[in-house]
Amino acid sequence: MTSLIMIIVTTALVNNVVLSQFLGICSFLGVSRQMKASASLGGAVIFVITIASAVASLLYDFVLVPLDLTYLKTIVFILVIAALVQMVEMFLKKNSPAIYKALGIYLPLITTNCAVLGVALTNVQDGYNLVECVFSGFGTAVGYTVAIVLLAGIRGRIDEDAVPAPFRGAPIVLLCATLMAIAFMGFSGLS
Amino acid sequence: MSGIVIATLVVGIIGLVIGIALVATGKKFYVETDPREEAVRECLPGNNCGACGFAGCDAVAAAIVKGEAFVNACPVGNMEMVEKISAIMGVKAGQAVKKIAVVRCAGSCEATHEKCNYVGINDCRAAVLSGISVWECDYGCLGFGSCVSACAMDAIHVENGVAKVDRTKCVGCGQCVKACPKGLIELVRADKKVAVRCSNRDKGAAVKKVCTAGCIGCKLCTKQCETGAITVDGNVAHIAYDKCIGCGKCAAKCPSKIIIEL
Repeated sequence: MTSLIMIIVTTALVNNVVLSQFLGICSFLGVSRQMKASASLGGAVIFVITIASAVASLLYDFVLVPLDLTYLKTIVFILVIAALVQMVEMFLKKNSPAIYKALGIYLPLITTNCAVLGVALTNVQDGYNLVECVFSGFGTAVGYTVAIVLLAGIRGRIDEDAVPAPFRGAPIVLLCATLMAIAFMGFSGLS
Repeated sequence: MSGIVIATLVVGIIGLVIGIALVATGKKFYVETDPREEAVRECLPGNNCGACGFAGCDAVAAAIVKGEAFVNACPVGNMEMVEKISAIMGVKAGQAVKKIAVVRCAGSCEATHEKCNYVGINDCRAAVLSGISVWECDYGCLGFGSCVSACAMDAIHVENGVAKVDRTKCVGCGQCVKACPKGLIELVRADKKVAVRCSNRDKGAAVKKVCTAGCIGCKLCTKQCETGAITVDGNVAHIAYDKCIGCGKCAAKCPSKIIIEL
């Protein structure tokens, strides 16, 4: 149990997927303009990464390892994640239109989020079993959500400030992300 | 050699299984949608700009089919698009003319002057909230560019202290209209090429004191207009675009040059 909590803390804070592993930067910078949108994306990412890491882990342990095809994991994981997102979307559209509406365009966007693939690959590299994979996926996604919501909050403030002209727009956002990454380095003391 | 065959087979089989699973899920969780929704969606621009106020082109297509939005709900599309959608929905296209934004202020840095040195948040809405009148004219453009940041098309810019719309880039989405705390920006028909560029409601003498580019309410324009499209209401000229024929006679006569031909 302690090791599972440790996995969540490690993946969410110490090895934060965005701020220390630099995965999923595209959506991190692209969708952090508004708090509401970034929170929706965060929710969708938690949902998808948790399921994707479970499925990827099962497939790796029961198909790729017995057949000695572990070098194919990248291709297989991409296939599975893309299909999974599609299925989850169809399932939600039918069974819970409310969640489907809340996640909106962000659910299909996650297919191309490299953080999802990154988690699946890191999990098998670290030799996690199924339960550990699910917790690691969940922790990573929570870390992503924390990072993107924090950045959205900061960007809301930036918009009201007199930023020097050369820094307006993308440069100041990148600077903020850098400072956030430095701040998150402080968590490395936890491990 | 056998390694390649096995790898190909395994990935192929996984792909096949996923494909079948997807088809099965698609069938099982099929949601009845109006076929018109797809057809309307095809006509829309598809860049999900959000100018219509819906979450994207899919959302507005659904709203149009449900009757929650008009066939011309998309402010970006042209007449041709509206006609196509109207044909799908079985209604007449009606009057969907392209509109563009016009800033009803011409008070540049030469025409009017700053009353105080505002150093607060660099945003029109914040300046209005602070209660400070930044310019001598209380009605005019503040020039901090809330409209500039609202514009997704890069079509509006603050030039010499007053916001100006680039007519070639403006798509008439109306985001700047919502952003302007002074209510200075108006959507006007793009085909009628005249516009009043002042909103000062004070009497002529008071206007002249604060701005050289202000409407003094002299009513010369109303006398020029053959169709009676211009009225001076509250000491400022206003053009009723449904009557206006775009002849430009009012613009030629305006003594303070605030009615202009665009």
